[in-house]
Amino acid sequence: MYSLYIISIISLSVSYYFSKEKTIKALKIAWKKFSKILPGYLKLLIILSFVLLISDDLIIRYLGGSGSVLGIILGLVTGSVTMMPGFIAYPLSGILLEKGVSYMVIASFITTLMMVGVVTYPVEKEYLGKKATITRNIASFFIAAIIAVATGILYGEVF
Amino acid sequence: MKKKNNKKKMRNNFILFIAFVSIIAISYIFNFKLGIRIGDNFMIFARDMVKILPPAFILIGLFDVWIERETIEKNFGKSSGLKRYIYSILLAATTVGGTFVAFPVANSLYHKGAKYSSIFTYITAASLVMIPMSIMEASILGLKFTMIRIGVSLPLVILSSILLEKYFENQEYSLPKAVA
Repeated sequence: MYSLYIISIISLSVSYYFSKEKTIKALKIAWKKFSKILPGYLKLLIILSFVLLISDDLIIRYLGGSGSVLGIILGLVTGSVTMMPGFIAYPLSGILLEKGVSYMVIASFITTLMMVGVVTYPVEKEYLGKKATITRNIASFFIAAIIAVATGILYGEVF
Repeated sequence: MKKKNNKKKMRNNFILFIAFVSIIAISYIFNFKLGIRIGDNFMIFARDMVKILPPAFILIGLFDVWIERETIEKNFGKSSGLKRYIYSILLAATTVGGTFVAFPVANSLYHKGAKYSSIFTYITAASLVMIPMSIMEASILGLKFTMIRIGVSLPLVILSSILLEKYFENQEYSLPKAVA
């Protein structure tokens, strides 16, 4: 993960070698953009630490014990409203799989988890605007639903 | 007026954050279980953000200064044709940090002349095809699962990006201004 620091230090040095002024300007832009969005990110962090609190057990209990149609709907909704890093989400999916949850339901959960961000709305709207944020998330929700059904068909879980 | 509101909003967010951190700190001191769990969750995300955000924003700053508008227009804009989807997806696959980094990058790309379809493809793909995440997924859920997910989603992502672009161009919608 620290590779990003190495890349940016190398890029900065190269930039500095070619133009001192441009590099300073770049750093100023970086700081301005960063400090503008930082409060938004901090708020997001607080929301996320509460979201993560309720999710683990609930997801295993509810996604584990429902049929395919209800399972997909629950998967799509939980995936949309929660957010968790991959190193938590994938082991969790592994547990669900062991408990006999279908690939289709796991796909609905994992895909919306990644593509649809209800909790990231405050940050996304700063960069895309309200309208584009809402439209993009709705479109992503439907794409996720299609992916889930396709997964179900290709694994032979439906039809 | 709007600037003033923003300042106030910023200050409120900082106060909220400080209150949150204090409550977590008190929880640790008095061994309050729920507070400690929230604190641990907070650290999971905070660690990621500290690792990713500062260098990511430095790279965005350098991008703003060094990359010519023509370059972006040629590869992600009006004159880019179909290759902009390939470039958007490649850029997405290698974006570290997922959507947290993808949002500001998309905004910068847009203000350098990238089309809507490019940035929508980029953002959505950034959450779908990140290479390290996909490797982890394939190792836990199986390669077939990952292949289906990526194979089914990419055409849909491109298709929806084209439709969204049509819609937003008709509406003459523009993304919020970039800072500086």
